[in-house]
Amino acid sequence: MDYVIEMINIRKEFPGIVANDEVTLQVKKGEIHALLGENGAGKSTLMNVLFGLYQPEKGEIKVRGKTVQITDPNVANDLGIGMVHQHFMLIDKFTVTENIILGNEPKTKYGNIDIRKAEKEVARISELYGLRVDPKAKVEDISVGMQQRVEILKTLYRGAEILIFDEPTAVLTPQEIKELMEIMKKLLQEGKSIILITHKLKEILSVCDRCTVIRRGRGIGTVNVSETNQNELASMMVGREISFVVEKEDAKPEDVVLKIEDLVVNDLRNVRAIDGLNLEVKAGEVLGIAGVDGNGQTELVEAIVGLQKASSGTITISGNETTNLSPRKVTESGIGHIPQDRHKHGLVLDFSVGENILLQTYYQHPYTKNGVLYYPKMYEKAKRLIEEYDVRTPNERTLARALSGGNQQKAIIAREVDRSPNLLIAAQPTRGLDVGAIEFIHRKIIEERDKGRAILLISFELDEVRNLSDRIAVIYEGKIVAVVDPKTTTEQELGILMAGGKLEKEGEPI
Amino acid sequence: MKKIKPILLKVMTFLKSLLIKLAIPLLSIFFGFFAGAIIMLVSGNNPITGYAALFDGVFGDIYYFGETLRMMTPLIFSGIAVAFAFRTGLLNIGVEGQLIVGWLASVAVGVMFDLPFVIHLPLALLAGAVAGGLWGFIPGILKARLHVHEVIVTIMMNYVALHVSNHFIRNYMLASGQRTEFIPATASLSSDFLRGLTDFSRLHWGFLLAIFACVVMWFLLWKTRKGYELRAVGYNPNASSYAGMNVKTNIVLSMVVSGGFAGLGGAMEGLGTYGYAQILSSFTNLGFDGIAVALLGASTSIGIFLSAFLFGGLKIGAANMQASANVAPELVEIVIALIIFFVASSYLIRWVLNRLQSNREGK
Ligand SMILES: Nc1ncnc2c1ncn2[C@@H]1O[C@H](COP(=O)(O)OP(=O)(O)OP(=O)(O)O)[C@@H](O)[C@H]1O
Ligand SMILES: [Mg+2]
Repeated sequence: MDYVIEMINIRKEFPGIVANDEVTLQVKKGEIHALLGENGAGKSTLMNVLFGLYQPEKGEIKVRGKTVQITDPNVANDLGIGMVHQHFMLIDKFTVTENIILGNEPKTKYGNIDIRKAEKEVARISELYGLRVDPKAKVEDISVGMQQRVEILKTLYRGAEILIFDEPTAVLTPQEIKELMEIMKKLLQEGKSIILITHKLKEILSVCDRCTVIRRGRGIGTVNVSETNQNELASMMVGREISFVVEKEDAKPEDVVLKIEDLVVNDLRNVRAIDGLNLEVKAGEVLGIAGVDGNGQTELVEAIVGLQKASSGTITISGNETTNLSPRKVTESGIGHIPQDRHKHGLVLDFSVGENILLQTYYQHPYTKNGVLYYPKMYEKAKRLIEEYDVRTPNERTLARALSGGNQQKAIIAREVDRSPNLLIAAQPTRGLDVGAIEFIHRKIIEERDKGRAILLISFELDEVRNLSDRIAVIYEGKIVAVVDPKTTTEQELGILMAGGKLEKEGEPI
Repeated sequence: MKKIKPILLKVMTFLKSLLIKLAIPLLSIFFGFFAGAIIMLVSGNNPITGYAALFDGVFGDIYYFGETLRMMTPLIFSGIAVAFAFRTGLLNIGVEGQLIVGWLASVAVGVMFDLPFVIHLPLALLAGAVAGGLWGFIPGILKARLHVHEVIVTIMMNYVALHVSNHFIRNYMLASGQRTEFIPATASLSSDFLRGLTDFSRLHWGFLLAIFACVVMWFLLWKTRKGYELRAVGYNPNASSYAGMNVKTNIVLSMVVSGGFAGLGGAMEGLGTYGYAQILSSFTNLGFDGIAVALLGASTSIGIFLSAFLFGGLKIGAANMQASANVAPELVEIVIALIIFFVASSYLIRWVLNRLQSNREGK
């Protein structure tokens, strides 16, 4: 059998945890091979071993049939292995080209960097694979999707034949995901092989050839994608049946909890991001915001939680006006908030999981008395939430940094939901989570709804919005342009509204 | 019996992680001394006699040991000042200046008032802390309000401190030669008891205050609500403001506390070692050495104490090295610089360690 990559019985331990326990992965030349597993199953770890970032305790790695020692990423590069990480590794202040050639710069005969030649080469590769980028743009100015293409180009520029993608689609909008899938197919045509990590089973079914499943660090098996289906994959991965539709009864909306009137917010560049927005969220309902990224979703959330100033308009929570109050005051008026960017806003990565779980309540009784923290109480509380929300961590004193992406998210959700706020703002709450965890989070959100909380859901995944919401508000250019009923509105109709179009049948306001 | 195994395992992992943490400072010290030995060899000295004399110059005589502890005292304070700011994400390069103004202010209160001991000494110490804190407040507020980088401002504040302090002494407080009057006994830290114990070294009560300060720093950062906030802001200001902390006031507070510790370091010299303030022709370097102390001590209380002892010892022992082994005292400065060089390039050491480890595993 012709394998380009063979990882045989790999074992990798971290203090207190076995991340990979005799895992075997065999990738054929010219295939897209999916790696599937729950959060914390050890997928990123396995790939980091292949890329030379970690050294395995046991096991053998063969590349094109030859046993190799991948002691660091340079060795991996030389072997033609490239990796696009879960969290990008680009330098913001550098241009696209500078980032791509970093460490591999072409030189002129005088010894300085030949940026012209580099730009040409970048343009050539990006043409070849259909990777649209602007070689001269600064990374800080380009979209997330383009940043990812820069990462891909970086590996191709170094001559990668085998590309590892660690959850590439978690950060992309639906449109960008489609483009990425096309790019992957192009890469295959050019003779590359791909390992793809994703939690989205649909993606596996639509582009992958084979799929290897790991569960809690152990290899469960490899299946041909053509011979399997969504349910089988899900149950292989979590070891039980998963339901993909959210079971819920009709909402019984009560009083208005969040009321926004004529809100205007200017973003950091002083461009009007929210432009006279009106919105109501009632107790006992989930209101989903659908919209294309960049239509004011971020600014809306930040204005509600007090991180951005509103230039005009009012925000009222449970009858009290909170416009332009400090974040602490707003939080205390009864909101919980799952931020969109968990590393930037959700966690202090160098704090322990326990300290992170108390990040909103550390100053309250009984965690603080007379200005002194009472750690035993903090950890007691953290322990309880870790158990209740199934955060997979060796213990509550482990640094948040050491958790897998999905488990970091669960820790944030535990913190925010547990406070039982009147209003829960969930921005991309299931980004990067496995199907089992998504099911759990969705159930939690509905449970909170049924307890009479108001839920404001922001998600770029239409499926999620349609599944969870009782009403959908479409945001376009900083305004709510329509509020529709998910049961009677199709995906196409939502798409039209999100693009700023109008529907034939005038959706009666609900 | 069943319970013992997991506990044993925990102890083992703890010891292992402790060893990993200690590896870099210990190796750096070793390399620093090793390089110093080579320099001695090259310049025609015997490194064994040289280091023996150095060791003797610290432990051989109780007087020198007392002097070492005395030398450590301000270094502990300046180390804490650097470490405290660093833990909260700020680089305080202005410890030197904060220390100088603290020194002046404490002596000023010492000579200007006539008060009973129980009020006079605390008041003089407080003056030192307040002056240092004020010197830290300026870069803090500039950073918080106008995003001016604290490194630039603190460096400039060092010069301002030096010249302002010299100006005050020259024009208002000059007694004889280049210095102020002596402070009265009611404002003095000097201790006949400690002097007696150490064969009349200049060791003073400030040493005990320094130990206490180590405990205070640990307590403030790891046991209090404010410390939790300060550390959170240092690690991730975005997440901290999401969690409702006031990032700006925390930045200012951190600089004030850091400056306060530095000011107390100055007070140790003014009220303890010398008993006066003097016109300085150049920086004392006590503040700059604090950066080294904090770095080698990994910004932990215990680490700061130990590395202050090391650097204090090196400085005191250098005299004997010259007297009995004829090695230039500058060698000590070189060793200190090299130790810091190796700590700062710890990345290099870690890389070598990893290499060694993976080679072993590869076989
Ligand atoms: N550097 C590290 N130090 C300690 N533990 C780690 C480290 N990296 C990962 N782990 C642990 O190893 C396990 C596997 O983590 P890994 O990141 O490989 O998961 P994953 O399958 O990629 O999950 P996700 O889908 O959530 O990204 C987790 O329990 C994690 O806590
Ligand atoms: Mg991962």
